[in-house]
Amino acid sequence: MTVTPEKSTAEKSPQQPQSPASGADAVPKPGGAEAPAAKPPVDMVELTIDGIPVSVPKGTLIIRAAEQIGIEIPRFCDHPGLDPMGACRQCLVEVAMPGPPGPDGKPGAARQMQGPPGRMKPQASCTMTVAPGMEVKTQFTSPGAEKAQHGVMELLLINHPLDCPVCDKGGECPLQNQAMTSGRPVSRFEDIKRTYPKPINISSQVLLDRERCVLCARCTRFSDQIAGDPFIALVERGALQQVGIYEDQPFESYFSGNTVQICPVGALTGAAYRFRSRPFDLVSTPGACEHCASGCAIRTDHRRGTVLRRMAINDPAVNEEWNCDKGRWAFASPTVGDRIELPLVRDAAGELQVASWPEALAAAAAGLRGTKSAVLTGGRISVEDAYAYSKFARTVLHTNAIDFRTRQHSSEEAQFLASTVVATGPNGGATTYADLEAATNVLLVGFEAEEESPIVFLRLRKAFRRNKTVVTSIAPYASRGLTKLGGTLIPAAPGTETDVLAADAAADALSGARNVVLVGERLASVAGGFAAALDLAERTGAKLAWVPRRAGERGALEAGALYGLLPGGRPVRNVEARAQVAAAWGVADLPTDVGLDMSGIIAGAAGGGVTSLLVGGVDAADLGAQAAKALEKAFVVSLDYRPSSVTAYADVVLPVAPHAEKAGTFVNWEGRTRPFQAALSTTALSDYRVLDLLADELGVFLGVRSLAEIQREMSALGAWAGGRYHRPTTTASLVPQPAPGQFVLASWHLLLDKGSLQDGEPFLAGTAHPARARMSSVSAAAVGAADGDVVTITGPAGSVRVPLEVTDMVDHVVWLPANSAGCRVSDLGVPVGQLVTVIPGGAS
Amino acid sequence: MAEQGKGGFFSEMFAPVGGFGVTFATMFKKVYTEEYPEVKRPTRPRFHGRHQLNRHPDGLEKCVGCELCAWACPADAILVEGADNDDTPGGTGRFSPGERFGKVYQINYLRCIFCGLCIEACPTRALTMTNFYELADDNRADLIFTKEQLLAPLQGGMSAPPHAMAPGMQERDYYQGKVSGDGS
Ligand code: SF4
Ligand code: SF4
Ligand code: SF4
Ligand code: FES
Repeated sequence: MTVTPEKSTAEKSPQQPQSPASGADAVPKPGGAEAPAAKPPVDMVELTIDGIPVSVPKGTLIIRAAEQIGIEIPRFCDHPGLDPMGACRQCLVEVAMPGPPGPDGKPGAARQMQGPPGRMKPQASCTMTVAPGMEVKTQFTSPGAEKAQHGVMELLLINHPLDCPVCDKGGECPLQNQAMTSGRPVSRFEDIKRTYPKPINISSQVLLDRERCVLCARCTRFSDQIAGDPFIALVERGALQQVGIYEDQPFESYFSGNTVQICPVGALTGAAYRFRSRPFDLVSTPGACEHCASGCAIRTDHRRGTVLRRMAINDPAVNEEWNCDKGRWAFASPTVGDRIELPLVRDAAGELQVASWPEALAAAAAGLRGTKSAVLTGGRISVEDAYAYSKFARTVLHTNAIDFRTRQHSSEEAQFLASTVVATGPNGGATTYADLEAATNVLLVGFEAEEESPIVFLRLRKAFRRNKTVVTSIAPYASRGLTKLGGTLIPAAPGTETDVLAADAAADALSGARNVVLVGERLASVAGGFAAALDLAERTGAKLAWVPRRAGERGALEAGALYGLLPGGRPVRNVEARAQVAAAWGVADLPTDVGLDMSGIIAGAAGGGVTSLLVGGVDAADLGAQAAKALEKAFVVSLDYRPSSVTAYADVVLPVAPHAEKAGTFVNWEGRTRPFQAALSTTALSDYRVLDLLADELGVFLGVRSLAEIQREMSALGAWAGGRYHRPTTTASLVPQPAPGQFVLASWHLLLDKGSLQDGEPFLAGTAHPARARMSSVSAAAVGAADGDVVTITGPAGSVRVPLEVTDMVDHVVWLPANSAGCRVSDLGVPVGQLVTVIPGGAS
Repeated sequence: MAEQGKGGFFSEMFAPVGGFGVTFATMFKKVYTEEYPEVKRPTRPRFHGRHQLNRHPDGLEKCVGCELCAWACPADAILVEGADNDDTPGGTGRFSPGERFGKVYQINYLRCIFCGLCIEACPTRALTMTNFYELADDNRADLIFTKEQLLAPLQGGMSAPPHAMAPGMQERDYYQGKVSGDGS
């Protein structure tokens, strides 16, 4: 029987609805091959597949070449993001190679590749690269290939438990689908299947069912190659081969969820989604992750008004096909049961009472009217919300006292952001993920890629594996993330980064052809840090990029939620810039005051200079030591969806929508917009809508009633093309001098910690790294504590007690995780870079 | 003519009551009237009536919450949500043998067309149909049957879940019929 390949393609591989969970490419992309981006001309290879001529770059795998002409070869182990392995043998095809050239010099007739003479030897199309003149016959034209695939499928199913009804992958399972397209209708196996106890926990979040595994090694290759956490491996041989855990190593991967997504069967499943739903129940919404500034494209799946899971969507320019476990699993916080659904107003007795919207808006307006107000937006809002806060501060509250940086910050940082970062983006030549991948040298300053921006980490790791990119970090110790990047440490105590950046070692670390410097939020705690980084970048010709930790910070900067800046990076001090914004906003003039930064606002509120505060989703612990006093004294209007340390002080609480219930845009660290849609349609209002209502109540038309309205206004304003603020000038570093018993505090946030957006997900919290204090052996000896001992770290406001891990790091420094279980640095009452005392002992 | 006239005579004679012929004749035939609801006749044995969620002999539920019935249903009448059997101390308990059970189970009898495709789809014979057909009501809510209404009543030897599997038994023993009502 002759069938045309197109016809049989249509018949035999109907377009199955493919979700990322099916282990398929999340977004269908032509060919599924790595897009060769503007490379020098490549050698093309001509071959035929099922009789169809195709021309592909040299080195392309047969399976990719077939995809380009729409021929789908069944596969399990093959994955475009992983190195080829040829583990499952499902992709067998028949291959014929041109014979030796005849006397005329032309290649001879194609000769089938054979095992024993006369017998066709099927070839794995996912490991074999194309060759000129090759003739490939897939299951559609070669009965031999089809038979081989049926045989492999029958063998794969011999020990498979066929428990699809109780398997979470059922309905989106490549094994189910391909058993139908490429399998025998009936098994001939009659013996007893091999069984294992099921499931076993690889971590608190990832469950392994070894019976279902088809030994494709996608999970182990992902962990090994992409994440660099080889916590699982294939062990044993033959029928007993299975995925095993390294018993002696604690499971510590931030990327384990990706193995669940790419496992082509239901062998790896997530505890949070266990038995919750079927793919045909789920309604999917594309979006962007709200947890960090990496800007992952994600898909939110919900059923009956409840978000059940989130998956990574393939965005080659940003997160490729991966995301981190926080982005995948930390979405339960709005559903822990304490949602603020209705406005709250503090009554005469000092209790928050539920109020109607008109009452609450009236109370908020009365409290704000005629006061000296300031605005704290927090770093987690969309750019549209930030724009509304910015406009509200300027046109309703008539102040420039607005800051999104509810964390350690400096005016030097603000100057750096205004001079160098704002209003840049991938189209304007700003640093991108692609630049990281292509870089020869990358220097990290005050930035822990794996903890603060996991996708930046993954891209750096890819650059390190593929392009031998040299990564150097200026930090107190070599973190696990740096080790996995094969990186070198330039040890630096907090505060000394400025001097280190000025020294030769930093310039030497940027000696390649394409250099990138990444600075993180921690550099704001270092006097002169940004200026020194700018100097270094100028000296070495390196690209410089700022990678904030929170998802909304970059967008808030662009929207002008910073005291010195109006939307689009317009300097407040510039008459022309003010005039442009005033015209767009339809107001006569804009406030010209210098404004206040976050610490200025808090100090003002504590001292009485600021009498009312409009606060977005902010945690009081991020506002410094005076936070309680400031929030107590001022009239506080809080926009939040859960009770927090700020709503505890608020006079009026206006409920807003959590991430899943609102639409908007984030701007990631590159300056790339990351739009997201509302997954759930509820009555909850996004911040901009609430601000619009509040402005109405105060008698001002704010004009931010819809996303479209804001986006129109923002794009009409556009980016500022005029003069920028001056870059921060080089200042001397301020390095504290610890007395005996005193240590310089070093700290950063771990990816998984006690952040309130991670609430309600115990399985995820179970994979957080335990809190440990870190000191060098010299420092530990100085306090008389040994590895594993509990130590007490004391600052002016209080102390924390955590076990000590003696680490190879700079002396006179103690490192603590910023906000982990049992260790909250804000309890100490000192910022990073200041002195604390450490004594051994104390019950942890 | 004469014959016609004769017929014509009889027709004319009975014409006033001719229309009652069937009526009179029927008075002497067997009566088919159903005395429903006073008398309820049993249906045919395979009549498609209200569904039932069956139990294993020790009372554990057969439904594994797989949603295949919901998937098969052409009328979209079934809603299922699965959950994890958790027989760790302090856990939510075990409702079926194996890992998974049907936590939420609803059939909407305003939608069901009694086709029985769900019964065919069920991999564990948890779902079967009874012969019960009195499914009329005056409001929507009462016609959405929940799991409690659909579960088969406990018979002798059964105890209500949650409870552990029969001692020494595994999930597969339930399907191989090794578990009996007295829990052994
Ligand atoms: S657990 Fe899944 S991804 Fe890992 S080897 Fe088995 S089938 Fe492949
Ligand atoms: S009998 Fe048919 S219509 Fe009724 S619930 Fe079952 S599948 Fe649906
Ligand atoms: S009744 Fe049967 S088909 Fe329906 S969920 Fe339960 S086990 Fe699955
Ligand atoms: S897909 Fe080719 S061997 Fe697995």
